[in-house]
Formats: sequence, C-alpha cells, structure tokens
Amino acid sequence: MNTATLFGLCASLLIGLGLYGLLIHPHPLRKILALNVIGSGIFLLFGAIAYRGAAAGLGLSVGADPVPQALLITGIVVAFAASALAVALLLRLFEVSGNVSLQAEESADQASDPGSDPVNNPGAGEERR
Amino acid sequence: MNSEVIALGLNFLLALLLLGLAGFALLTRHNLAAVISFMVFGLLLTLAWARLNGLDVALTEAAIGGGLTGFLLLTAAIRLRPTEETMQQHMPKASTRALAALLATTVSALLAISVLALPSPAPTLAPQVMQHLPATQVGNPITGVLLAFRAMDTLLEALVLLLALLGVWSLAADTAWGGRPGIFPQQDANGILAYAARLLPPVGIIIGGYIFWIGADHPGGKFQGATILAAMWLLVVISGLRDTPPISSRSLRGWMVLGPLIFIAVGALGSLFAGHFLAYPQGYAKLMIVAVELALLPSLTLILGLLLLGAPKRPVKS
Repeated sequence: MNTATLFGLCASLLIGLGLYGLLIHPHPLRKILALNVIGSGIFLLFGAIAYRGAAAGLGLSVGADPVPQALLITGIVVAFAASALAVALLLRLFEVSGNVSLQAEESADQASDPGSDPVNNPGAGEERR
Repeated sequence: MNSEVIALGLNFLLALLLLGLAGFALLTRHNLAAVISFMVFGLLLTLAWARLNGLDVALTEAAIGGGLTGFLLLTAAIRLRPTEETMQQHMPKASTRALAALLATTVSALLAISVLALPSPAPTLAPQVMQHLPATQVGNPITGVLLAFRAMDTLLEALVLLLALLGVWSLAADTAWGGRPGIFPQQDANGILAYAARLLPPVGIIIGGYIFWIGADHPGGKFQGATILAAMWLLVVISGLRDTPPISSRSLRGWMVLGPLIFIAVGALGSLFAGHFLAYPQGYAKLMIVAVELALLPSLTLILGLLLLGAPKRPVKS
C-alpha cells in the first residue's frame, strides 16, 4: 500500500466519522467540530490525489500537483471563515436565549415564557459567563 | 527498501493516530476534551501533509486549520460550558444512532472504494504549471497558481473572509455596535501572559514576515504569514496590554479593504494592458504579485484576528 492510498483510506474514514458525529451530537458546537473533521477528511483525500498527480508529473521537482494544493489552501481558509461565522451565530444564540438547543419545540416554550423574552432581555446569557 | 518499510510504518501509525484522535473528538461527552483532541488532530494532520509533500498546505493547516480553528472552538467551548449538561439530555435514540452509523459507514466505504479505484496514471496539471511558471517569475509553483493561474480564486477568497467578518460583526447587539471586539481583561501587568506578550511578538513578527516573503520561491505565503502576525496581535490583546480598535474606526476598515481593493485594481490594470481581468502584463508579473501580496498581508492579518475575536460585546458609551 503506498502513501497516497493509505492517506486516501484514512481520509475516507475521517469523513465517515465526522458525518456520524454531525448527525448524533445535539450540541451545535460539536456539530461545527464534526463539520471541520469532515472538511479535514475531504482536504486530505484531495491531498492524496494531488500526491498521486506528482508521480505522473515531474517527479521530484514538485512534490505534489500544485493546482489541488493551491485550491486546498483556499479551502482551508474559507472553511475557517465559515467556522468563525458559525461560532459567532452560536454564541449570539446563547446570549439572547440562554441556551443553544436547535430543537423547534423548545424555542416555542421559551417564547411563551415572559421571564426570558429574548428581545427585552439581551443579557440573559451574558450573566452565566 | 528498509527505509521504505520504516516510512510506511510511520505513515500507518500517523493514520491510526489521526483516526483515534478524530474518533475521540467526535465520541467523547465533554466539549472541552473534544476540542482539545481536535487541536492535537490538527497538528498531527500537519505531519500528514508533510508526508504528502504538501509543505504549503502543512503550514496553512498548522496555522489556520489547527491553530485558529482550535482557538475559536476552545473559547466557544469555555463560553458554552453552562449548556453542556442540558444538551446531553437531547442525545438521540439508539435506533437513530444506528441509522447514522450505517449512513456514515456507507459513505466511508464508497469513498474507500473510489480511492482504491483512482485512475492510474493519475491526471495531473503539474507539467502545465511547471511549463508556464517562468512567465510568472515566481519560483514556488503553488504561489504561481494562487496568484497568477487561479488568481480569481484568491481574490474571491479574500472577499469571502471580508464577508464572513461582516457577518460576524452584524451579530453585535445594538448597544455594542461600533464598539471594540473581544473582552479586554484587566490583568496583572507583571503576569506570565503579559510577559509572553512582550517577549514573543518581536520574534513572531520576524517569523511571520519571513514566511510571507519566502512564499514567492519556497513553501510559505501571505495566509500563513498573516496568521502568525494575527496570533501575535491576539496575544497582545488577550494579555490585556493593548485593546482592540473599535469596529467603527475608519482606519481599521481602510486597512481591512486595502488588500482586496489593490487586488481588484491590479486585476483592472490587467484588463487594460494585458487583455484580461487579472492578467499580468509581460515582464511585470512578479511586481504585480508582490504588490498584491504586500497589500493583502495587513488586511488578512486584521481580518483573521477579528474573526477570532467575534462580534463586539461591550456596550458603547455615548
């Protein structure tokens, strides 16, 4: 088994693991983390393909196909930007509602409770820090 | 032959460690443990990139994938600690988990089959890149791809970062809009964090600048350099030595859009003098690339740092 196949298989398993984590974890932070693991797996798979591209290309003067590598760098940066936005949304949700549940019926319970009106009480989550 | 066996053994060990760490990060009940495991995973992934001859990607992964994302998730996990116990009660039923496991296994198996069935010889663009690289006057083929052959990707990437930051800022409460992001801790001026924040930035700035500058000919570049500079800035901020600028500051906003604006201007020059948007006139490619990278560096440093600091929370005194 060569390096590209080994890391390609490792990447396939990482994507599966991440998908499982994304589906079963109720906490949104864990979902963001799982999405990042899926992303890392996809990047690693792409990297293994880039590594194979070098063997077909010029051998040692480039270690791996530079086009996928450049796309990977772009991908990693964009994935970080998306994670940062997701975390900011999550923290804001916690600030206004005091919890982070994604389940619809719970937020309905929250809205009917006058004590925790998220609009008039924006610091509800802030005090828990 | 013998060294090949050792290399294969090391690769195998690395793959096992990666899977173990990712598995722990996804299966443990504790958010903080999961995030720390994910950070170690990111660092080890850097080694995997080095094994795959992707040093540029390894640097990016270490700086952004492992470092910045890890820091982001870590601070969020600490802030969200009060929610952890209640959320654990929402764990799905065993049947749902079994279905999820089945789906995940199927996806993994299909991908593994595709990996084993990849065409040989592998399709590659490496020869074309190496053939046309001299025209760009840079020595690092990845920089050549990022800033010449696929410059549009890089321009849009910088714009995506800017948009993500606008999205983060737009989550600020009305009372905090225009204020300074991050919490400014009043810390012991003689504490160890403040000491590190005085000692490390001069070294970090030199390393960041170096990684930025050699990116033209060797692994490195603006994103990796900007991340190190952003990390140094964040160290100064979280140690309480210097507060962040308010997001209403015009000079801050000016520096943030400087890089993308210069990039677009260079692209427009290309359509005037070389026939295409983002085409470089013959003989001026290196100059243009350096100008774009130099302008992007401060913008990226600020944007990456501000993305980590999140929306402003402190009420603005009017």
